[in-house]
Amino acid sequence: MKYAYYPGCSMECNAAAYEMSTQVVARALGFKLVEVDDWNCCGATEFFSQDELTASAVVARNLALVAPELNQLVAPCAACYLNLAKTDRLMQDNATINAKVNEALAAGGLKYKAGRVRVRHLLDVIYQDFGEERIREKVVRSLEGLRVAPYYGCQVVRPIKGDDSTEYPLHMDELFKWLGAEVVDYPVKAHCCGGHMTQISEPQAFELIRRLLQSAVDYEADMILCMCPMCQLNLDAYQSRVNGFFGTNFRMPIVYFTQMLGVALGFELKELGFGKELVSAEPALRAKLAQRASV
Amino acid sequence: MAERVGIYVCHCGSNIAGTVDVEEVARWAGQHIKDVVVSKDYKFMCSSLGQAMIEEDIKTKGLTRVVVAACSPHLHEKTFRRACANAGLNPYLCQMTNIREHVSWVCTDKAAGTEKAKALVSASAERVKYQRPLEPMYVDVNPATLVVGGGIAGLQAALELADAGHPVYLVEREPSIGGHMAQFDKTFPTLDCSACILTPKMSEAGQHENITLLTYSELEEVSGSVGGFTVKIRKKARYVDYDKCTGCGICSEKCPRKVIDTVFEAGIGERKAIYSPFPQAVPRIPVIDVDSCLYFTRGKCQVCSKVCPTNAIDYEQKDELIEVKVGNIILATGWKLFDCARMPQYGYGRLANVFTNLEFERLCNAAGPTNGKIVLRDGKTEPKSVAIIHCVGSRDVNYNEGCSAVCCMAALKLGHLVLEKTNAEVYSFYIDMRTNQKMYEEFYQRLLAEGMHFVRGKVAEVTDAARNPDEQGKLIVQCEDTLLGRQRRIPVDMVVLMSAMEPQADAKELGLKCGISCSMAGWYTERHPKLDPVATMTDGVFVAGVCQGAKDIPASVAQGAAAAARVQGMITKGRVMIEPIVATIDEEGCSGCRICNNLCPYNAIEFDEEKKVSRVIAALCKGCGTCVAACPAGVITGAHFNNQQIFAEIEGALWDAAAAKTEEETATQSVSA
Repeated sequence: MKYAYYPGCSMECNAAAYEMSTQVVARALGFKLVEVDDWNCCGATEFFSQDELTASAVVARNLALVAPELNQLVAPCAACYLNLAKTDRLMQDNATINAKVNEALAAGGLKYKAGRVRVRHLLDVIYQDFGEERIREKVVRSLEGLRVAPYYGCQVVRPIKGDDSTEYPLHMDELFKWLGAEVVDYPVKAHCCGGHMTQISEPQAFELIRRLLQSAVDYEADMILCMCPMCQLNLDAYQSRVNGFFGTNFRMPIVYFTQMLGVALGFELKELGFGKELVSAEPALRAKLAQRASV
Repeated sequence: MAERVGIYVCHCGSNIAGTVDVEEVARWAGQHIKDVVVSKDYKFMCSSLGQAMIEEDIKTKGLTRVVVAACSPHLHEKTFRRACANAGLNPYLCQMTNIREHVSWVCTDKAAGTEKAKALVSASAERVKYQRPLEPMYVDVNPATLVVGGGIAGLQAALELADAGHPVYLVEREPSIGGHMAQFDKTFPTLDCSACILTPKMSEAGQHENITLLTYSELEEVSGSVGGFTVKIRKKARYVDYDKCTGCGICSEKCPRKVIDTVFEAGIGERKAIYSPFPQAVPRIPVIDVDSCLYFTRGKCQVCSKVCPTNAIDYEQKDELIEVKVGNIILATGWKLFDCARMPQYGYGRLANVFTNLEFERLCNAAGPTNGKIVLRDGKTEPKSVAIIHCVGSRDVNYNEGCSAVCCMAALKLGHLVLEKTNAEVYSFYIDMRTNQKMYEEFYQRLLAEGMHFVRGKVAEVTDAARNPDEQGKLIVQCEDTLLGRQRRIPVDMVVLMSAMEPQADAKELGLKCGISCSMAGWYTERHPKLDPVATMTDGVFVAGVCQGAKDIPASVAQGAAAAARVQGMITKGRVMIEPIVATIDEEGCSGCRICNNLCPYNAIEFDEEKKVSRVIAALCKGCGTCVAACPAGVITGAHFNNQQIFAEIEGALWDAAAAKTEEETATQSVSA
């Protein structure tokens, strides 16, 4: 299987572990990710609320650049996924925007026919296109005994309604059950991580982060699994600040779901980008997975 | 001799005239359609003056055919056929053209609408010339009635008919009649005990000399038509001899196998493998659930057989197919509860103390698993606070768009029961409070006075993720309070979901068996939503209760009685008219291939073994035309829909822009010449 691939800017630096593990997992599952040539920024979470038309044009350029023989575009980052999908939807629904965006694209010698490319999140591709049977077959190291809290964040399931539940998504839960993990029923799985609120008002952002961490602790999770670089950054990089602010003592590893999928598929931690997270996942992995191996 | 056609175009006030130039249609038809001797428009053709006009023209102008361009034939075909008959014209020589539902109500462009109306009128006018006089047939109405569903609506219908002296077959799928009403503790707004008002009706139905009770039975097949249906019913094996069993209940008492009762106890109570669903069940004859019975699953046990004082247990019993003949059918098949697990954000199935309303009804019921004590899932702790969430799966485009009609009042009733039986605080989370029947608003006021808390807003989620010590160990209901204009989090011990009413899973299938259809939401479609709410498009088939749309007990009872009244009218009349629109087979040309025999969906074609030809039984034929199209010899004719009539209709519809243009061109040329 072959998909067009839009990595997005986070994957190059702060989410390098996500990029590494995505590539490893893709190779292992046998699908090819063809990076969109000369892609540009998706506008992140802010641009659309500032200037919808310009933002759409900027994002649509990426859709226009998808190689003509490919009609599915995979984005691992939740914000990139949402912006790409939203732009395609907007162009399908709104003839005025569609015309104006194509006018802008034409200036660069490009055009995009709304609806041509199906934008998908990486999780959806792994969950739907590979499915339970084929993934179970590939598991060489079961995650048995490891308690994971699947965290979807807000952007992948909303506002665009995909196949998973908008209010209480379950695809990552199921994927990790296939891998043998104990999946906790993480009640805040689709709540907001604060996004860029850390830059605007720390107390508000820290409270949102604290709730997510606290709930994972309440459910005795060993780690939180992310599918969005923004979420991972907020929960991981701000964890010590949150501890300082509230006087709490969280030590919750925050890793990408592809990293743990890679572990189950038998890859070394280093190949999967472990060690780049600030709250190390290694103690938990060693305790739970080694313990099982010795049995 | 040429026919003399009269065309009558109706304005229907502004319903048609608003988007169709009716005067132009009438003028055009008078000038352009061959054999038209009179063409008129009129404000309301269905009024007595309109009808009188048609009758007058038939008499004075010698009309031999009539076309009425107005609304759907479903509404007024009978009216205009009768008018023709009054004037001495065979009613089947009158044709209706639907220029309202098919044109004015679906058009915004008046010019285009007018052109379409002309084409349709032309089609009818060409067809009507080839229509033949037909004579309706009459069949006797079998005074027996089949009622499907033994809930309150079906019970009411059955009792009304039986009390009037007519035989009734009452078919119920479950082991006992009673339906959902038997599960409730109290009924709103009077708070009378549900069982106390229901069980007298149940036992009356059980003992009535005119009612044949067929419980644990399902409708298998329906054939025939109004006045004379033949119905096959599957009596599922109870494994208990109906005649020997006295209903003493020792078998259930001694049965060693307990299982969760997901039907009557809504999943929060238990029953035995041999069981009667509740103490007042009618009949009192138990059934064996073969999926959980130890003898049926493992081949050992037979305790019930050993303890039965009358030797009534019969493990060899088989399903029995019986056939009954009835004149009319009433469907009162009720509803099923929305599966709350489909809204995982409310936690049902994940968070122990989230209940459905039906579970909660059983909790409140003195005969329920907790003897009426309102306790948490642990079976002992009384809640200190209860949240009742309205519209779960109703009024929600993701699940059911419609309102379930009963939940606001049921929520108030349940709130009252909590306040009465416990010291808990009760919160209702509602979108709109709908209390619009007699004494309902008063009941709402009463609950306000009793101290139930009302929060207006749709709940976002029910979660156990606490944000502060007050929320620890509680279920937190997160909601936007739209009156305060802010987000609220209310921690409670228990949550009750007022789940939507949904059509039965097999409603569509049963509807097809009886020849009736369902709405988009899955409820049975009535003949007219306002003026004929219990009849259906199939003569002799009626609907009552929730299977026609969500409604409460009083409305279900009213419909049950209404359906019974309609059936009584048919029985009193004694015979019904059958449309003479049936197929006939020319026996001379029939090769006896029997292709039509198997294709007929109504089993209306018999085969004459002696003459080796097929023959249509007119009383059973519905004139669908399947055999007409399938006959390889082309010797089957559908009355009122023969080839000549249909081709003429098509030609009429294509009266044709092209032809009109040529005419115009000729006119222009002659002018320029």
